[in-house]
Amino acid sequence: MSKTTTSADRDATGAKGDRDTTGAQDEVGELGAAGAQLSTAPLDDAAGPASGPNMPALGVIGWIRWFWRQLTSMRVALLLLLLLSLGSIPGSLIPQENPDALKVEDFKAAHTTLGPLYDKLGLFHVYSSVWFSAIYILLFVSLIGCIVPRTWQFVGQLRGRPPAAPKRLTRLPAYTTWRTEATPDEVHEAARHLLKQRRFRAHETGGSVAAEKGYLREAGNLMFHVALIVMLIAFAAGQLFKSEGGKLIMEGDGFSNTLTQYDDFKSGSLFDTENLAPFSFRLDRFEGTYENSGPERGTARTYKAHVTYSEGAHGPEKKKAIEVNKPLEVDGSKVYLIGHGYAPTVTVRDGKGKVVQRVSVPLLPIDSMGTATGAIKILDGYRNKDGKKEQLGFNAFFVPTFAGEGNGQMFSQFPAPFNPRLALSAYHGSLGVDSGVPQNVYQLDTRKMKKFKDAKGELLKKRLKIGETLKLPDGAGSITFDKELKQWASFQISQEPSSKWALGGAIAAIAGLAGSLFISRRRVWVRATAGADGVTVVEMAGLGRSESAKVPEELGVLAAALHETAPSAPDADTDPDTGSDTDTAAESTEAGAEAGAEADSKTPSDPDPTPDVVPAEGAEK
Amino acid sequence: MTLATTLAAEPNENLAHISNVLIYSAMAVYLLAFFALMAEWLFGSRSKVSRTAAALTAQTGDAAAPAAKAAGSSGPAVTVRAKGGTATLERPKQAAKAAESGAPKVVTRAAAGSRDVPDGPGAAAGDEQGDLYGRIAVSLIGLGFLIEVGGVVTRAMSVQRAPWGNMYEFNITFSSVAVGVFLTLLALKKNVRWIGLPLITSVLLDLGLAVTVLYTESDQLVPALHSYWLWIHVSTAIFCGAAFYVGAVSTIAYLFKDSYEAKLQSGGTPGRFATSVMERLPASASLDKFTYRMNAAIFPLWTFTIIAGAIWAGDAWGRYWGWDPKEVWSFITWVAYACYLHARATAGWKGRKAAYLALIAFGCWLFNYYGVNIFVSGKHSYAGV
Ligand code: HEM
Repeated sequence: MSKTTTSADRDATGAKGDRDTTGAQDEVGELGAAGAQLSTAPLDDAAGPASGPNMPALGVIGWIRWFWRQLTSMRVALLLLLLLSLGSIPGSLIPQENPDALKVEDFKAAHTTLGPLYDKLGLFHVYSSVWFSAIYILLFVSLIGCIVPRTWQFVGQLRGRPPAAPKRLTRLPAYTTWRTEATPDEVHEAARHLLKQRRFRAHETGGSVAAEKGYLREAGNLMFHVALIVMLIAFAAGQLFKSEGGKLIMEGDGFSNTLTQYDDFKSGSLFDTENLAPFSFRLDRFEGTYENSGPERGTARTYKAHVTYSEGAHGPEKKKAIEVNKPLEVDGSKVYLIGHGYAPTVTVRDGKGKVVQRVSVPLLPIDSMGTATGAIKILDGYRNKDGKKEQLGFNAFFVPTFAGEGNGQMFSQFPAPFNPRLALSAYHGSLGVDSGVPQNVYQLDTRKMKKFKDAKGELLKKRLKIGETLKLPDGAGSITFDKELKQWASFQISQEPSSKWALGGAIAAIAGLAGSLFISRRRVWVRATAGADGVTVVEMAGLGRSESAKVPEELGVLAAALHETAPSAPDADTDPDTGSDTDTAAESTEAGAEAGAEADSKTPSDPDPTPDVVPAEGAEK
Repeated sequence: MTLATTLAAEPNENLAHISNVLIYSAMAVYLLAFFALMAEWLFGSRSKVSRTAAALTAQTGDAAAPAAKAAGSSGPAVTVRAKGGTATLERPKQAAKAAESGAPKVVTRAAAGSRDVPDGPGAAAGDEQGDLYGRIAVSLIGLGFLIEVGGVVTRAMSVQRAPWGNMYEFNITFSSVAVGVFLTLLALKKNVRWIGLPLITSVLLDLGLAVTVLYTESDQLVPALHSYWLWIHVSTAIFCGAAFYVGAVSTIAYLFKDSYEAKLQSGGTPGRFATSVMERLPASASLDKFTYRMNAAIFPLWTFTIIAGAIWAGDAWGRYWGWDPKEVWSFITWVAYACYLHARATAGWKGRKAAYLALIAFGCWLFNYYGVNIFVSGKHSYAGV
């Protein structure tokens, strides 16, 4: 056997500077066409037409082209990516209007100088600010400007054939050679067959076999970058076409998906209310379970809203439990459970004992134990003792589990209704709902109301157990805390038509990424030439992208396979080093893996199945 | 009244106690491993390896001479596995059988521009006693790993859910996965034993922090955390973090080794301590490649983690992406790693600049994990610190 190393023709690289060169360019420079186009990555010539300071005027077109070249270079893409991550930071540290407008108000109140400044810079809505949008739009323009030419280039590469072998195969990163008695044509034929078998694209050209494999890497890379664009568009479309509304529903009540039924509703600027999916549902029962003991007593364990829903205008009824992580999906809309609370039922009677109204009133929780407040408003049907129409209002304070008389404040001890109390204070007069100003249903506007007074002349108040009644003074009637304690649940109903696209894009991105990072694209050349003494010299070389560690290994496997069909010619000048080589190889692997043995100690047995590695001996040129 | 209050299953106090004992035991074993590792490094410092110096001095001393030849002629100095790009010769296993019959050998050639430097021999530097301590350390780490995994599993059993409901649980899982990654790399015969010392040091810190500052009684989850996406999203997040961490350690080692090599190359003489440590580390090019492989292999998984999180958020909160601080920092981490990958493919950004980016990216991951939970309030902060 014979071997040759190539270190002799290595350029004597200096200490500095060489670190900054690109492998790709070097390869191209050194190997010519053979090394070119192993990837579609753009060559980074930052020195565009307008580089040097003494460039002649370029003209508008020239400048545009220069600008475009800059924008679509990897370097600028990298800078834009860096900017994007930097630009995302403030939004995570400064309160943002979108989830939390109240916090923004607090912040502005607390920081009178910073507040307006931040406001001007759009720092309270970073992710929709002009500058943030500018970064990612530029990035995506750059991305498109990068993908399109690369795709064409890739299509060209797919159509074309692997380039012919460079003149000196010894210059390639992995190289092997031996002498055989098979003829060059036989070797070429065998090599082509072998490479094809191993799914290389191989052809014979210019007196050698050229083969290439791993095109999927490029395809994966392009797919990944295209998927990013798909995701961005899906995200943007989602913002424009989405709709989102909230609805509070008491047990037994229903909802049908029309605009008027929502408590609040917002939608993207291109949303059309016609697009609301026709469906309806009814809340049958809300179920909550809580930690009963331990330090986290009272912490919620499960929330379930049992609903009956029907698709379309008159679809069949189906049952389902909506949970925090399990929204109901109907007809492209999703119904999420987002809150819950109690709705005590009260019966209001007038002075004659006639029932004016029996209502369940949803109250808003103010702590995690279910303490809740709200207002009970009796708008019509009530006449006072003089027979005049009047409105009644009660401030309500509710606890599902009362601590007991004299046990401090009236805050709930547990979120489940073990010992409920309803505290009421009573007013009469006008609730002011006719004034046209929208009113908060959970608050009483007492400006046009008078207090009912107790015996001492103070505001009439009472804490009621279930079944107890608060009597209004002077035969004005009464209010009773009924046994039926309902719960309510609030839902968010949202429609985001593009989320499927976003998901598809995400899956494609991961698949593409895996292809791009795990597949290596590499070329193999085999050249057999008739030597002077009539024996054929076989040369094989491999070239991969910079990170391909497997190229030499693969070349070794291929060489071994080819060697079977074209075995070494009996060779007089067999390298005397062979034996010792094997030893050093084995032992060096040990040394590497075990970090132990001194380099010259002998441990020839090598169970490691990975190829042994020994240094190339000095060039024998 | 239609309220159903069923008793939630109570965490099993007994198991929780066992878990705590196991975690403390694991810490004790890791501490022993730590001492063994120290011993390995100390004994290793007796040996006077200077392969890097030999290779580089030879190179600069006779620039016209082929480096490999010079290095080769300097004796055993280069007869080590040098993934770093020294001209090396690789023999595939098939060829091994045929070696006598004269099968071809493959000669590899360093990428243009990289230094021809062999890898160091590891912490023990061929010192027999040091190596013995190193082996003891690895065995102890294996034992500690098993005990710690036991601690994590009993914790999970005691709360009857995935053990990732709060920072304490996250920390103990994270450190055991990091150790697991290390042991796996060792089992795959990767040249990573030198990582042992920095790894165990930080594992001890991590566990110390967990049992003191972050400790939370075992308990169940709030409803928003009840989802099989928790298993998927959090387990991949922990795994990514552990692997990124190993990558970050080798990035730091790369930066030190690279400046050490640069100093040698420019004719300087690094200090004795630096020489002693650096000579035993793999070549900077190997470290760089290892970092890249680690980060590149994990990047798709990190992408998946974020997407899984988005899907979960879509189910739990009604929007898949809401720029919540945790989401923002996951995104920043992702973009930072993408920057690193691009930097590696971009002229003028390879090497040290890319390494700095890798460190920044890991910093973002760390901040996302600790910083966001502690300093920033958002939807993700219900997890008891
Ligand atoms: C949203 C922004 C982007 C992200 C997240 C991203 C991410 C990535 C990732 C992860 C890789 C794989 C790196 C590797 O193979 O080592 C990659 C490769 C690449 N990216 Fe991007 N990229 C983005 C934008 C761009 C832009 C704007 C360009 C065009 C200038 C670009 C050009 C490339 C090229 C040419 C490669 C292949 C490099 C190679 O083959 O080694 N990317 N990108």
